[in-house]
Amino acid sequence: MSTQIEPRKVETELVGTPAPNYLTNGFGLKSWLLTIDHKRIAILYLVSITAMFFLGGLFALLIRLELLTPQGDLMEAEMYNRMFTMHGIVMIFFFLIPSVPAVLGNFLVPMMIGARDLAFPRINLLSWYIFVIGAIITLSAVILGGVDTGWTFYAPFSTTYSNSNVALAAVGVFITGFSSILTGLNFVVTIHKMRAPGMTWFRLPLFIWSHYATSLIMILGTPVLAIAIVLVAMDRLFRFGIFDPALGGDPLLFQHLFWYYSHPAVYIMILPSMGVVSELVTCFSRKRIFGYTFVAFSSLAIAVYGFLVWGHHMFTSGQSIYAGLLFSVLSFLVAIPSAIKVFNWSATMYKGSISYETPMLYAFGFIGLFTIGGLTGLFLAATSVDVHVHDTYFVVAHFHYIMVGGAIMGFLGGLHFWWPKITGRLFPEAWGKFAVLMVFAGFNLTFFPQFVLGYLGMPRRYHAYPDEYQVLNVMSTAGASILGVGYLIPMVYFLWSLRYGALAGPNPWGAKGLEWTTPSPPPTENFDETPIVTEEAYAYSKEEPEIVGGKQSTRASLR
Amino acid sequence: MSEASSPLAHHFDDLSQQKEATSLGMWTFLVTEILFFGGLFAGYAQYRGAYPHAFEAGSHHLDIVLGGINTVVLIASSLTMALGVHASQLGKRKKTAIFLLATVALGLVFLGIKAAEYTHKYHEGLIPGAGFALQGAERQQMLFFAFYFVMTGLHAAHMIIGVVVVTIIAFQAWRGRYSPAYYGPVEVTGLYWHFVDIVWIFLFPLLYLLGRH
Amino acid sequence: MLENFPLFPTQASTIAGEVDLLFFFLIAVASFFTGLIFLMVTVFAIRYRRRASDEIPKPNLGSLRLELIWTAIPLLIAMTIFGWSASLYFKMARVPDDAMDIYVVGRQWMWKFQHPEGNREINDLHVPVGRPVRLIMTSEDVIHSFYVPAFRMKMDVLPGRYHTTWFEATKPGRYHLFCAEYCGTQHSGMVGSVIAMEPRDYEAWLAGDTSGGSMAARGGKLFNQLGCVTCHVPDGSGRCPTLVGLFGNPVQLITGEQVVADEAYIRESILQPNAKIVSAYQPIMPTYQGQVSEEGILQLIAYVKSLAPASGETPGTVGPAQATPGTNPASSSQ
Repeated sequence: MSTQIEPRKVETELVGTPAPNYLTNGFGLKSWLLTIDHKRIAILYLVSITAMFFLGGLFALLIRLELLTPQGDLMEAEMYNRMFTMHGIVMIFFFLIPSVPAVLGNFLVPMMIGARDLAFPRINLLSWYIFVIGAIITLSAVILGGVDTGWTFYAPFSTTYSNSNVALAAVGVFITGFSSILTGLNFVVTIHKMRAPGMTWFRLPLFIWSHYATSLIMILGTPVLAIAIVLVAMDRLFRFGIFDPALGGDPLLFQHLFWYYSHPAVYIMILPSMGVVSELVTCFSRKRIFGYTFVAFSSLAIAVYGFLVWGHHMFTSGQSIYAGLLFSVLSFLVAIPSAIKVFNWSATMYKGSISYETPMLYAFGFIGLFTIGGLTGLFLAATSVDVHVHDTYFVVAHFHYIMVGGAIMGFLGGLHFWWPKITGRLFPEAWGKFAVLMVFAGFNLTFFPQFVLGYLGMPRRYHAYPDEYQVLNVMSTAGASILGVGYLIPMVYFLWSLRYGALAGPNPWGAKGLEWTTPSPPPTENFDETPIVTEEAYAYSKEEPEIVGGKQSTRASLR
Repeated sequence: MSEASSPLAHHFDDLSQQKEATSLGMWTFLVTEILFFGGLFAGYAQYRGAYPHAFEAGSHHLDIVLGGINTVVLIASSLTMALGVHASQLGKRKKTAIFLLATVALGLVFLGIKAAEYTHKYHEGLIPGAGFALQGAERQQMLFFAFYFVMTGLHAAHMIIGVVVVTIIAFQAWRGRYSPAYYGPVEVTGLYWHFVDIVWIFLFPLLYLLGRH
Repeated sequence: MLENFPLFPTQASTIAGEVDLLFFFLIAVASFFTGLIFLMVTVFAIRYRRRASDEIPKPNLGSLRLELIWTAIPLLIAMTIFGWSASLYFKMARVPDDAMDIYVVGRQWMWKFQHPEGNREINDLHVPVGRPVRLIMTSEDVIHSFYVPAFRMKMDVLPGRYHTTWFEATKPGRYHLFCAEYCGTQHSGMVGSVIAMEPRDYEAWLAGDTSGGSMAARGGKLFNQLGCVTCHVPDGSGRCPTLVGLFGNPVQLITGEQVVADEAYIRESILQPNAKIVSAYQPIMPTYQGQVSEEGILQLIAYVKSLAPASGETPGTVGPAQATPGTNPASSSQ
């Protein structure tokens, strides 16, 4: 495997007939809509989630426009409530949760482990169709006037009082959940059963470990959300009364069932991006990861702990103070594995050989913004502070730092990193760098003022607000416009690169990993022969590993 | 579900890898099903703990005889299913198909009895919602019936899917699709069927047998 | 737009300063680690930038010692924050014994307040400075949340149950009151103020609105109107238990269980009387669901709270700190 970065080809025209690859293996709609090739399915997902991202972004734009002024003057309150609900539903269920796993995961998991496809290719295609059907149903809820319950669907508002298309949206989300479950199931079985000879567990790229952990959460969490939604639908459509207090029904039961999934869901959204960052940091430092075993196990730890903390969304909802304290201490603990990752990434860069290509800039952005977002999670884990900031813009800022500053930057970094592999083309590096910087600047201007707003007391989901909050809101909207443009730029140059981008060789970044041993784009079967793995992950150097501070490196990481 | 003439799919190295993957896939899927029903069991547990009298009274409205028969029917169907899997492992084409069809028949009996129970409840006005007949203090039983219908309804939906799948597998078995070298689909279908049976084993006492000593 | 540009909320309760102190500590910790990571990454990125296109650095696989250190230190810091937060949280959760009650009913999209003395308010709540105020709150419809940023307090308000929280205002002023749990169309319109006043001014304000009588008096009227008095005879000779001295004391049920007669118990007894039957009595009480509003129930509760025995020495009775002079309802034994 080459450790040199290849000299850049300037050819952009395909000369002669290109080698057959997965993109040329059949043309026409049928070859795409009936494909069982994991790489084509990844592209199908990419197109779908990009469309949903546009939609969710449009809602965000309208929200921020309305919030330029303290009065609710751009749209009616009812419409505004639908805007933020649909922004949440679309972004979470139809963009963030599938983004890295269904696009990059689907494309790369088989390639990284040396397999020809996922364990269940047709179930993979089925998961995409389920996603599309769920999206269509949810979109019809949008078109028919929208939903206004918040993405959290709290009862009894959602079951009894809302005048919007709750049941339709609930059915849409319910169906889409199965897409997630099937993807997770596919990954788990693939990683267990289809690794190439020599690809032991501790030689796996950390991208695989993080997707494995993510899949565990998808499998164990999503079904409970499905039940919560079924019960809301039953209450709403047939007046079953499960959450109706007049009968003794308990609205808090809904919250427990809902958050039991929706908290681990945030780890579904961040873990895959963390896997991407591990790949980026190692490649662009040209070094093995520092603390492989710790990074690998921290993914599992996050998955497990993530299931134990859901009550921190309910500190003010009337649960006992002892339950509150238990969830509080567990919520502090869940932060530790993430901290371990950040330190290990930093230590990987120590005495590395660092270059500043666009993917690495996204990795830098992730590390910085995720750190801020994660640390503000400590504020929320502290019950006595959370009482003040719960349901305010502090929470909104916190999760956007992680979801947008973290997860989306990880997704974009990964998309840039593997774009040459996926498409066989290079994107324009200068524009790439420019876009990252714009995204980073726009992002911070959008969301940092929201921390201040939240502590001041501005509640979430407010259409109109007191005058003294206006300056911070204006800053936030200004940032959002910059952020929006920052996101549009890659969409433009990625499309441009498909026709005019420089041709990429098999390994333009000089990275380690089985996927880089194939041509770009790869053939349908990925590998002509099943590879045999003889070296550790990220084995950039042939030298003996350095011993730090006189102590041995952990035995596990030498396995 | 037609495949290439060889049962080995293109992305697997050999049949044993394929079988292991299929098995692990079904077990993983069953774990998701445990969590799926688990959410309902959790809600049920909370409400039963809070309203034991309403739940007991609601349970007394259920027909314990029909429920008991259904339990026996399902256990018998798991027996025929297991015998069918065993026959497929031995490559006995006809026996496999017969046992699987017997499983389907028993499954349909279960569903038929369930339909009868539901119809009866409808006529008694015990379907939760606007038409719920009990009023006053008894109205709280609606919570019990809400869980009864959602839990058994979800279970019945799984049974229907199971019946369809087992029928297809039976048909494939009849056509000689399975052999001692390749019986994975029968085995994992069996796993699914047994799981659905086990869920009923939990549902029956929790819904039908409250307060009956 | 720029004249009024606060960056930090005012501190107007006994708890606010303590919450802010913990908040500042959190800011210090967060800034430290953010700075550390930003610094490390920046320094490494510059110091170890690639200088030759073919350079391969020496691998460094890890260090158990470092891993333990950077696990232990964050863990220690996290547990310190937790301990501090937990102790403050206990303080926030424990209602002081001398708190005065105010009853709150939230509904789409307004806040309704009842003072025991009888004053009723909508959206604006007058309270005295320097006195703990206990809020007993419920919702008529969906989940709302009572939030006063200046007090650093927030509590969800649910239909069908009572949530209790408290605050003690420290300086007079008008402070934002927000609903903090999304509740429908006018969620952002469900706002008001808490107006803290010097105790003298508060008393004057209280006295200014004497229409309708105290909550307990109104409750007494309802008690008669709804016919409760026919069974709940004060001297215990009726078919139902007497309510004198009931509030705050344990009640024996026919199931053998013992429960404390708090606000939730009274409410349940009115709306679902068969849920808990007092031992040695028959389940004959009809439900009043639909016949009495949430405010009416709170008035009845205030009434029951006021039914201390004539000698006034029932142990364990918990009720309003002062009885309203001159408005004792027709409750004492006749």
